[in-house]
Amino acid sequence: MRRPEAIVIGCSKGGFNALKLLLGALDPQLPQTVLVCCHTASGAGVLAGLLAAHSALPVIEVGERQPASPGIVHVAPGGYHLLLEHDRHFALSVDEPVCFSRPSIDVLFGSAADTYHAALIGVVLTGANRDGADGLGQIRAHGGIAVVQAPVSAEAATMPQAALDIAGADYCLPLEQIAPLLNRLCLT
Amino acid sequence: MPAPQPDAELEQIELDLFVQALKRRHGHDFSQYAQASLIRRVRQLVHAHHCGSISALTTRLLHEPDFLTLVIQGLSVPVSEMFRDPPVFSALREHVLPILASYPQITIWQAGCAHGQEVYSLAILLEEAGLYERSHIFATDFNPDALQRAQEGIYPARDAQLWSRNYLLAGGRQSLASYYSARYDFIKLDQRLRRHITFADHNLVTDKVFCEAHLVLCRNVLIYFSNPLQNRTLALFRNSLVRGGHLCLGLRESLDFAPTAVDFTAVDANLRLYRRNSQPSSEEHDEAA
Ligand SMILES: C[S@@+](CC[C@H](N)C(=O)[O-])C[C@H]1O[C@@H](n2cnc3c(N)ncnc32)[C@H](O)[C@@H]1O
Repeated sequence: MRRPEAIVIGCSKGGFNALKLLLGALDPQLPQTVLVCCHTASGAGVLAGLLAAHSALPVIEVGERQPASPGIVHVAPGGYHLLLEHDRHFALSVDEPVCFSRPSIDVLFGSAADTYHAALIGVVLTGANRDGADGLGQIRAHGGIAVVQAPVSAEAATMPQAALDIAGADYCLPLEQIAPLLNRLCLT
Repeated sequence: MPAPQPDAELEQIELDLFVQALKRRHGHDFSQYAQASLIRRVRQLVHAHHCGSISALTTRLLHEPDFLTLVIQGLSVPVSEMFRDPPVFSALREHVLPILASYPQITIWQAGCAHGQEVYSLAILLEEAGLYERSHIFATDFNPDALQRAQEGIYPARDAQLWSRNYLLAGGRQSLASYYSARYDFIKLDQRLRRHITFADHNLVTDKVFCEAHLVLCRNVLIYFSNPLQNRTLALFRNSLVRGGHLCLGLRESLDFAPTAVDFTAVDANLRLYRRNSQPSSEEHDEAA
């Protein structure tokens, strides 16, 4: 199996607490590019700042046309969809919201799958809508790995449940077991 | 078991051929659009028209005269709001209108006008500042259907709440409702707002300078362009602006990396509001016509 080059994480309701825990437990040596799409009411700038205090890896809010860099957590800015170009630079769009969301997890997951193909891990965490399910399906179709937070352990079960129903998962785990799994998949 | 992996190389070939057909057959050049968004739109077109593949879409584009309109509608993203990003409109009101007021005739170009939400927002700003009688706004887009709707100024009523909030946050003096009438599920903007607006088909990729503007507003269009096309378009804006004229871009667009940046000074860098220098820079960049 090819070693993953990127991890892409999607969440909404309850996402901040889940991300705090997950990013805090990642191995600081992780060489993968980490991408995060979290629907929040507050701006992504605020979210990135708050997460940085808890994360093992540096956290930044994505700016237009920045490169996706290894070993860094990139947070999607509010009000725009986040996509990746083949040269692994970010692109933003104001296309219609998907699942009432912009940024949308489906859009980011789909674009990441187009870019990293099988060398990608998609993670769907807690959330109260079904954004991310189709995107996770695309990741799997490209041969990437799908990880879903066990719905019973999620603050809001709808999003991980929809991901399981529509895309299925290679791993379905309680939140605190997800970071150790990612460390294992990414470092060995 | 997992479906066969999508064939990325095949899709890329099909996309390239589609873009070529669009350019050679219809003169619409998307070759320098940012690919990630473009492929998303093209896939949506394939899906919406039950084409099965991009090649089938290309066939229809080549052989069905009326299909182009649908393709342009699908590739254009006429998604907008009135007073989107209210602080930008406050800044226009506070910093730009007082300077515009010093001109006997005011010319404004709003490029990528979508369904007209932004150009009517500008008209309201000018009206409230007592400047509209001596203003003229050119609102352009390359999507004829969007231009048609922009002229009509009819929008779903469900948008009015957000737009009213935006208007007030942008320092609006009345209530947005005083500029529209509501009927069933729609609002219709006061036709008087249209009296100094010219709506016109203009493609930023292929068309040239057509006015001398005191303000160019082009927001959330450049994000869809590759870097070279952004640079060219920004030079086109520079050439369309009088010295001392203002340029306003989208909040996630920037002048910083373009060669023409030397010709501008930031008025508010965070709000992407710039002013063309009154003195020529030593090396004015001439890439656009
Ligand atoms: C996302 S909308 C932006 C609307 C508005 N300016 C805003 O920020 O809310 C982008 C618009 O740019 C137009 N557009 C895209 N490419 C263009 C081109 N080459 N020439 C002219 N207009 C273009 C699209 O048709 C669409 O209406």
